[in-house]
Amino acid sequence: MRPTVAVLLIVLGFDVLCRAADTNPGPLLAKIKAVGPEGAGNVEATRAWKELVRLGSSALIDILAALDDQAPLAANWLRAAVDAVAEKELNAGRKLPVDQLETFVRQTKHSGAARRLAYEWLARVDKTAPDRLIPGMLNDPSAELRRDAVARLLNENQQRLDKGDKAAAIEGYKRALTSARDRDQVIEVADKLKKLDIEVDRAAHFGFIRSWMLIGPFDNTKGIGFKAVYPPEQKVDLAASFKGKMDKEVRWFEHTTTDSYGVVDLNKAVGKNMGAVGYAFAVVNSKAEQPVQIRVGSNNSVKFFLNGQLLFAHEEYHHGDRMDQYIGKGTLKAGRNEILIKVCQNEQTDSWAQKWSFQLRVCDALGGAVGLTVVTEKK
Amino acid sequence: MKKLLISLSGLLLAGLVSAGEWTQFRGPLGKGTTDDTGLPVRWSQNENLRWKAELPGRGLSNPVIARGRVYVTASSGVSQDRLHILCFDVATGKKLWERQFSATGSTLCHPKTCMAAPTPVTDGERVYALFATCDLVCLDAEGNLIWYRSLRKDYPTVSNNVGMASSPVLWEDLLLVQMENAGESFAVGIDKLTGQNRWKIDRNRGINWVTPLVIQNGNQPEVLFQSSQEITAYDPRTGRKRWSYEGTGLSTTPSPIPANGTVLVTAGEMLALRPGNEQNSPEVLWRSNRVRPATASALYYQERVYAVNSAGVLNCADAINGKPLGQERLKGPFSASPVAADGKIYLVNEEGTTFVVQAGDQPKLLEKNSLGETILASPAIADGAVFLRSDHHLYCIAAKKAK
Repeated sequence: MRPTVAVLLIVLGFDVLCRAADTNPGPLLAKIKAVGPEGAGNVEATRAWKELVRLGSSALIDILAALDDQAPLAANWLRAAVDAVAEKELNAGRKLPVDQLETFVRQTKHSGAARRLAYEWLARVDKTAPDRLIPGMLNDPSAELRRDAVARLLNENQQRLDKGDKAAAIEGYKRALTSARDRDQVIEVADKLKKLDIEVDRAAHFGFIRSWMLIGPFDNTKGIGFKAVYPPEQKVDLAASFKGKMDKEVRWFEHTTTDSYGVVDLNKAVGKNMGAVGYAFAVVNSKAEQPVQIRVGSNNSVKFFLNGQLLFAHEEYHHGDRMDQYIGKGTLKAGRNEILIKVCQNEQTDSWAQKWSFQLRVCDALGGAVGLTVVTEKK
Repeated sequence: MKKLLISLSGLLLAGLVSAGEWTQFRGPLGKGTTDDTGLPVRWSQNENLRWKAELPGRGLSNPVIARGRVYVTASSGVSQDRLHILCFDVATGKKLWERQFSATGSTLCHPKTCMAAPTPVTDGERVYALFATCDLVCLDAEGNLIWYRSLRKDYPTVSNNVGMASSPVLWEDLLLVQMENAGESFAVGIDKLTGQNRWKIDRNRGINWVTPLVIQNGNQPEVLFQSSQEITAYDPRTGRKRWSYEGTGLSTTPSPIPANGTVLVTAGEMLALRPGNEQNSPEVLWRSNRVRPATASALYYQERVYAVNSAGVLNCADAINGKPLGQERLKGPFSASPVAADGKIYLVNEEGTTFVVQAGDQPKLLEKNSLGETILASPAIADGAVFLRSDHHLYCIAAKKAK
C-alpha cells in the first residue's frame, strides 16, 4: 500500500473515531454530574450542556437515565437539557422517540423524576398515552405519576356515585385511599368516604405518632435552649426527674393527642410557657430494618433524633407550619427504635407567635405510613 | 470635568439599557419609571389588549423585558416545587421557550406568596432568575442553560418559611443577591457568566424581602442593602463597605428607591437620605410620615415622591423637601409597587384593578381598569405597553400594535 493511501486511511479512521466521540453523551454527562458547591464545575458543565443539547433526540434517553443518580444539582442541569432537546426537536418539525420514551416511563428502575419528565414529553406528542399508562400507576414509585392515577380513579368514582352505584364507589375510594400519598387527595377521599358513612383514621393513614411521653419546660430564654443539650438529649430515663426552666422539677408524663393529624399542643399538655423547650419521646417497633423518613410540622424550632442520632435541626420561629415541613432521613432497626423530638418556643409577644406544637410521622420515601407500633414503656 | 465624568458614569450605570426595556424588579435601576410614551389609559379583556398568554402555576415576580423578549417566572406543583422560566415574544405574545427546574430548597411560604416571588433580571443576552427556594438559574435568550446553582445546598441553614422575595440585580458583570433570612444571612456578588462567587459578605440575620439598589454616588457605583437595622452601601465590585445609615424599624418589605441623588428609605416614616462616603456619614435630608408606603415600594417620578398607604390612599410629596402635596383615594390592598411613564402612574391592587393616575402635585385618577384576576406582581412598562401578570396570565396592554 502506498504511504499516501495508508495515511489517508489512518486520517479517515481517526475522523470516524472523533465523530463517534462527538455523538457519545457519556463524557458530556460526566462533566455535568461533576458540578459542585458554589458553582464549582459550572464552566465545564455549561460547555458540556450545549454539546449535549446539540446531539438532539439521540441523546434524550441517556440524559433521562442520567437523572437516576438523583444528585439535585446535576438533576436541574439535566432536566433543562431534556426540555431544550425536546423543544428544539419539535420546533424543527422532527419527532420525539415516542417508543423509547414509553419504554423508559414503564421501567420503574428509573427515578420517579426522570420517568415523570419522560411521560410529560410523551403525553405532549401522544395524546393517547395518559389513557394507556396512568390507570396502571396507582402503586407507582413515582409520586407524580401515582397522583395522576389517583386523580383519575377519583373521577371514575364520582361518576359511579353519580350513577348511584354506591358499593362500587366505596370500593373505588378505598383503593384510592390505599394509593394516595398527597394530603389533598387523602383528605378528598376521606371526606368522600365520610359522606358514605365510612370513617378514615387520617392520623393512622399518614403514620402520625399520637402517643408520647412528654417533658418540659426547659429553658429557652433568649433562644439558648436550641443549642443547649438538656438531659433528655443525653439519655431518656422515663423514671427520672430534672430541674427544668427556673429550676422547677420536671418529669416525663404520658400524652395522647386526638388531633386528626397528630398535632401535639404543648401549651395544653405541658402548660403555656414562653422561652421554653419541650421534649416528646416514643418507642416504636418495626418489623424489619427499613429506610424511613421522619416528617415534622411545627411553628417552632425543632430537632429530632432517631435512636440517639440527630436527623434534622432547624431554628426558625413562627413563620408558618405545614405537614411534612421538615424531613429527616434515617433507618429503623428491626425491633425497637427510639424517637425523640425537641420543640423550642421563643419569647415573642405577638398574638400569632404563641403556638407551641408539633406533629411527627414516620413514613417511606413516598410518604406512605410504614406500619409501626408504639411500644413506649411508660415508667 | 467632574460633572461630565459623573454624568458619563450614570450612563454606564444604566448598563447601556435600551429604551423600551424593563430589566429588573421595578425596571431599569429599580426606579419604576421609563421614557415610554403613548401608554394606554383604559383597557379590559376586550380593549387595548395586544395579547394575553397563559402561565402555569403561580407567580408574584414582575415580567422583565429586553431585546424583544419578555421573561417571566412561575412556580407550580402540589408543593410549589416546579420552577418555571418562560420567554415570550414582546410583539405577539408567542411563547418562545420554557424551562423547568426542581426546587432544592424549602417550598414553605405564606399562602399569599409562592416560590416565583423574586423578579428575574436580564442584561438582554441572558436572564437570571432566583426563586424563593434559593434556586438560581442563568439562561441565555434562546433558553440555553448557562449555569445553575442551589443557594440552599450551598448554605443549608438559609430559610424563610414565610417565603422569600428579594430580587437579584446586575452591576456590570456581577449578579448581586441579598439573602437575609432566619439562617445564614449574607449578600453575594456572583460572576454572571460562571455563577461562581466573586465576593460574599455576612449580613444580619433576620427575614427580609427588600431588593438591593445600585446607585451612582458621585463617581462611585454602590450597591445598597437594607435591613431592619441599617441601610449600607458597598462597593459592588468587591463587597467592601463604604458607609452605613443605622436606625430602627427600617422596612423589610418596601425597597429603597433612587431619587435624583438621594435615596428614599422606608422606615417608621419615609427618609430622604443623602448617601455618605468613606469619610462622611449619610445625611437625612427630610422625614415624612405622610408619604410612607405600606407593602408596595414608593415611587420617585418627576421630582415628586408617591406612596400608597394601607388605606389605599396615594400620597404625593415634594422630593426635594418632603413637603406634602396632594393625595388621591384609591382602593387597596396593594401588594404591587407603582410604576410610571408618559406622565401617568400605574398602580394595580390585589383584585387586579389598575388605577391610572395623572402624575402631579395633585394626583388625579384617570381610569380604573379591571382584568378580573388577582394580581400581586408589580407592572412592567416597555415597548409602549404595560405588562401585567396574574397567576394565570401575562397581559400586554397597549394602545397600538408594536412597531
